Amino acid sequence: MTDIDQFRTETRAWLEANCPPEMREPMRSDKDTVWGGRDQSAMTPAQKQWMDAMGAKGWTVPDWPKEYGGGGLSPAETKALREEMAAIRARNPLSSFGISMLGPALLKYGTEEQKKEHLPKIARGEIRWCQGYSEPNAGSDLASLATSAEDMGDHFLVNGQKVWTSYADQADWIFCLVRTDKTNKHNGISFVLFDMATPGVSTKPILLISGYSPFCETFFDNVKVPKGNLVGTLNKGWDVAKYLLGHEREMISNMGLGGGGKNPLIDGAIATVGLDHDGRLADPLLRAKIAEFEVRSKAFAAQSERFIDELKAGRAHPAQPSMMKYYGTELNKSRYELVMATGGSDALEWESERSDGGHSARSWLRTKANSIEGGTSEVQLNIIAKRILELPGA
Amino acid sequence: MPLYLNEDQTMLRDSARDFIADTAPVSHMRKLRDDKDSTGFSRDLWKQFAEMGFTGILIDEAQGGLGLGHVEAGVVLEEIGRNLSPSPFLQTAVAAVEALKGTPHADRWFPGIIAGETVAALAIDEGAKFRASVAMKAERSGNGFKLTGTKQFVHHGHVADMLIVAARTSGSADDQDGVTLFAVPKDAAGMIATAERLTDASLAARITFEGVEVDADAVIGEVDAGRNPLDRLLRAGRAGAAAEMLGVGSGAMDMTVSYLKERKQFGSLIGSFQALQHRAGHLYSEMEVARAAVLKAQQLLDAGDERADAAVSVAKAMTGLATMLSVQEGIQMHGGIGMTDEYDIGFYMKRQRVLAELFGDANYHADRLAQAAGY
Ligand SMILES: Cc1cc2nc3c(=O)[nH]c(=O)nc-3n(C[C@H](O)[C@H](O)[C@H](O)COP(=O)(O)OP(=O)(O)OC[C@H]3O[C@@H](n4cnc5c(N)ncnc54)[C@H](O)[C@@H]3O)c2cc1C
Repeated sequence: MTDIDQFRTETRAWLEANCPPEMREPMRSDKDTVWGGRDQSAMTPAQKQWMDAMGAKGWTVPDWPKEYGGGGLSPAETKALREEMAAIRARNPLSSFGISMLGPALLKYGTEEQKKEHLPKIARGEIRWCQGYSEPNAGSDLASLATSAEDMGDHFLVNGQKVWTSYADQADWIFCLVRTDKTNKHNGISFVLFDMATPGVSTKPILLISGYSPFCETFFDNVKVPKGNLVGTLNKGWDVAKYLLGHEREMISNMGLGGGGKNPLIDGAIATVGLDHDGRLADPLLRAKIAEFEVRSKAFAAQSERFIDELKAGRAHPAQPSMMKYYGTELNKSRYELVMATGGSDALEWESERSDGGHSARSWLRTKANSIEGGTSEVQLNIIAKRILELPGA
Repeated sequence: MPLYLNEDQTMLRDSARDFIADTAPVSHMRKLRDDKDSTGFSRDLWKQFAEMGFTGILIDEAQGGLGLGHVEAGVVLEEIGRNLSPSPFLQTAVAAVEALKGTPHADRWFPGIIAGETVAALAIDEGAKFRASVAMKAERSGNGFKLTGTKQFVHHGHVADMLIVAARTSGSADDQDGVTLFAVPKDAAGMIATAERLTDASLAARITFEGVEVDADAVIGEVDAGRNPLDRLLRAGRAGAAAEMLGVGSGAMDMTVSYLKERKQFGSLIGSFQALQHRAGHLYSEMEVARAAVLKAQQLLDAGDERADAAVSVAKAMTGLATMLSVQEGIQMHGGIGMTDEYDIGFYMKRQRVLAELFGDANYHADRLAQAAGY
């Protein structure tokens, strides 16, 4: 038996013993995933048990170094762990911007002190992070951001406004882009971290078309941020920001995968549309659309596996996350158009118990943000054109 | 196994890339067409393929081949596709070899294939769209069989040294059982092949079998159970056609992207126009996804994994969709020059159309997946 086979066998047994049955049910909504944080009261006992068990092994972040709370696993072991988790349909123990965005940026740009301070808490789900990038006048053109950080000797004084800050009202800390030099667009931005409980920070939720309000306007009024919370070099925060965006895009692209096993679209379609005498879906055009979607989604699953393998081996083009993000999010949007088309009038119910509080409709509406958040599809296509295909600038 | 080419496969790709670009670039195909070459490919080139070892790529080392897999065959096919090289490689060295593997026919036919002397053709289609049904009859006669019926879309059928023929020994056209696969030598009496030139300048035959007599030992595998070798042939052929199509689509995309970087209008390179940049970015994404689907199918085939069959259908359908986009965008973004015979991009569109139909088009394979999933 090779080492990896042995690792797989042991992992399978450990997961079997430690993953509660409730954590092997498909996720239905935002509430079914654990975000961690100081306030752990929202978690069910099974969620907490699962997060703690995985956190103790460092398997919430299996490939991070052990010294920072990670599992210290090799790429092959990480892949085996993910496969074994998928085999029992285990949920991710923790969803967190700390894991998918800030962590990788700190690993690359953080000081030893910053890593020791923040990474283990991310791994164990003790601190929940939010992302302060966008501003009312800095969306796709993020580098035009204006929130200022004035050098006061031992601290920065931060003033300004952020917008679309996901879960800002529930987050403990923020990673934030601030302007430290007004005369230089890209080279006047710095990357800072601070506690959302700092005096002068306030948030105001924004209601979305899905009826939920997972994001906020965030205001900073003379917020004191210690100098030690600067990540990377002063005025060079754009590098950190871009590196982090690559990871954000990678994470968002996973939405295109839609989970393992049989596509629930198919059972849904059979239930509402029915089969004809030949055992085919009674709406041939819908059937054709679902079948083509299946081709693309299976092919994208292969691409996702290839991308991760290439990334781990250091062979992926640095702009490839843009391609993954573009394709994965457009695919996910088409999946949810089909969810609505196959669901018919059942899928339109908004509050009923039968519809699980309008689960289909709300999810469908939520997916429309996929091609906006983390950089729009148009911005990703610009990046592919310029950086991968090396087409000339305008 | 990571989903990218390993070191050996990359080396093979590099040597195949250089070799095929040198010996069989698009101009090679153009010349065969302009000369109205009646074979449709170059026998000399087929010999050179043999010298490179390519013809025995899927044949075991014990039988004189390279003993490699579908990933490696695909690496060669992608370069064939990129250069639009006319070659019997897909039909002979990939599909036929897979059908004959492990049968007594291997001893008879493999040495010629490895030497670059034997060309095989596949007589499996009976209508203009690939369907799994087989109506052609094979009746018992003496100690062998008598084949009666017609086949079409038989690439190299008019010059092949042997044909693999699917015929019905019992049951009716759409039955799974009752199909038998035969290896028929070219000199069998009563076989009339008419070669037709296709849109991509390749030659495919319509073949009429007028009571063609074959011995019992012409049977590949078991009588009435020909679906087994036929499925093997089709899986390999489809994965191979997908790889070749990937080469066609990539070649077209590369030409197009280069053109965007050199053509000026309105005082700017057209590649600086965002409308075109976005379409190029979208095309790139579709091609990347298609590439992953092909490699996944090949790796599963090589691993003997039971999921290979579905993955092959995904690969054939996905490359069909992505490469069609590639050749269509290719012509459109070239503008008027894209419509000229003198410029190569049009050849890519023609070749893509032929490969898209071969062994079932994107719709056929999407439908196959749908049926397997029960809808
Ligand atoms: C659900 C959700 C969660 C989010 N979470 C966060 C968060 O936690 N933190 C955070 O900081 N931000 C967050 N965002 C903000 C997100 O990053 C921005 O919405 C996004 O970058 C787009 O900016 P914008 O909304 O200002 O649109 P704009 O930039 O105004 O774009 C409007 C339209 O113009 C197009 N466009 C703009 N520039 C170009 C160009 N150069 N070429 C072609 N087309 C162009 C865009 O593609 C878009 O279609 C979130 C957004 C959503 C929807």
